[in-house]
Amino acid sequence: MPLAKRIIPCLDVDNGRVVKGVKFVEIRDAGDPVENARRYNQEGADELTFLDITASSDNRETMAPVVEAVAAEVFIPLTVGGGIREMADIRRMLNAGADKVSINTAAIINPEFVKQAADKFGSQCIVVAVDAKKVSVDGEADRWEIFTHGGRKSTGIDAIDWVTKMDQFGAGEILLTSMDRDGTKTGFDNVLTRRVSEAVRVPVIASGGVGNLQHLGDGILEGKADAVLAASIFHFGEFRISEAKAYLQAHDIEVRF
Amino acid sequence: MQSIAVIDYGMGNLRSVVKALEHVAGKNHRIELTSDPVRVLQANRVVFPGQGAAGDCMRAIDEYGLRETIIEAATSRPFLGICMGMQVLIEHSEENRGTDCLGFYPGRARYFGDNHRDSDGEKLKVPHMGWNQLYQRSRHPLWNKIDDGERFYFVHSYYFESDDKNLIVGECEYGYSFTCAIARDNVFALQCHPEKSAEAGLQLLSNFIEWDGQS
Repeated sequence: MPLAKRIIPCLDVDNGRVVKGVKFVEIRDAGDPVENARRYNQEGADELTFLDITASSDNRETMAPVVEAVAAEVFIPLTVGGGIREMADIRRMLNAGADKVSINTAAIINPEFVKQAADKFGSQCIVVAVDAKKVSVDGEADRWEIFTHGGRKSTGIDAIDWVTKMDQFGAGEILLTSMDRDGTKTGFDNVLTRRVSEAVRVPVIASGGVGNLQHLGDGILEGKADAVLAASIFHFGEFRISEAKAYLQAHDIEVRF
Repeated sequence: MQSIAVIDYGMGNLRSVVKALEHVAGKNHRIELTSDPVRVLQANRVVFPGQGAAGDCMRAIDEYGLRETIIEAATSRPFLGICMGMQVLIEHSEENRGTDCLGFYPGRARYFGDNHRDSDGEKLKVPHMGWNQLYQRSRHPLWNKIDDGERFYFVHSYYFESDDKNLIVGECEYGYSFTCAIARDNVFALQCHPEKSAEAGLQLLSNFIEWDGQS
């Protein structure tokens, strides 16, 4: 298996500044997106994901300059998510230097949007982000549904049906977040990840719940994820990307150094 | 002043290619993203990138009236094809229920398949996406200072296959070995994205800028 499993740090961007950035003492301004990106790149991150958490649409204009500044200096794939609602949003991000955009709510509101986006820009740059939560009770067969609004609102859509459909509609990749695990530091939902990974043709990025390096390995070995995304374990200097890679390599997982 | 034209025919994100070239090029180089045939053929070097599907690429090449320009550039000056810019140099692609391409080299672009597996029977995802090892199969100036087996960033579902084995300068393995870099005379083309392949990719682009077009 020569293709390396990818480690993707995710940075939250609010109004053009990284709000959960890398906390390194030598960096004067921990909120500078370029500094953060450069640091992760040096540590061996395989890709970078920027999540725009800017609440108001007025401030959304601040994302393009961030991408532009990072893309001029860091030459690994860059994904931008958050607030991608229409074709113009995608074009703006790609023009700024993003390689992929991740679409979440807009796909649920209008699944055809994914098809149009993939037709227009190519599947390689369309990531569909999926927030799933387990809805089956004990004793029932496992079942997950797609949620919106940070996991508060159910759509009633079955998660496996949804990812299969998104694959058919031209998603180039699935970014799967378990809303049960997100923020818990108890590891990915590997049963869910595996189901999704086996259901689709395209690569799956596992997200939500990473608290230590073993969780990353479990997501790949048990969850069959093609890539793992994490935020907090890297942000606060708890672990460096290089440590994560060394851990995975020691567990016979192919990584890039 | 040396100039490098990056051919813009509306296919995908070409900003990354331009930015990476700007990053490695010295002050004596001007990078120009252009769809103007005249500008392309005025440049000292030509980069032919591309993303998306073969059918769309070929249609776009013709809509922009660039078919002859691309062929002429590929016969006259250092020419670098990237990703789709490698695949459409071939005669035919299986993509979009069959697409005739530029026919600059014999062969066809083939699909990895919906049920692609490795030798252990493990499912392999398509597209082939991520960092994979590039094995150098023959010496070439563009491999200068790049380790054999170095990882590059790939994203594609089709791969280049030619009976002309002398074209092959690099291979990659994904279920089986496939051609990921070709070269002949003044042309060098590769499946992966040097502009997204960190240091190794930047080195390759830098090698291209210094290359005299002799293989």
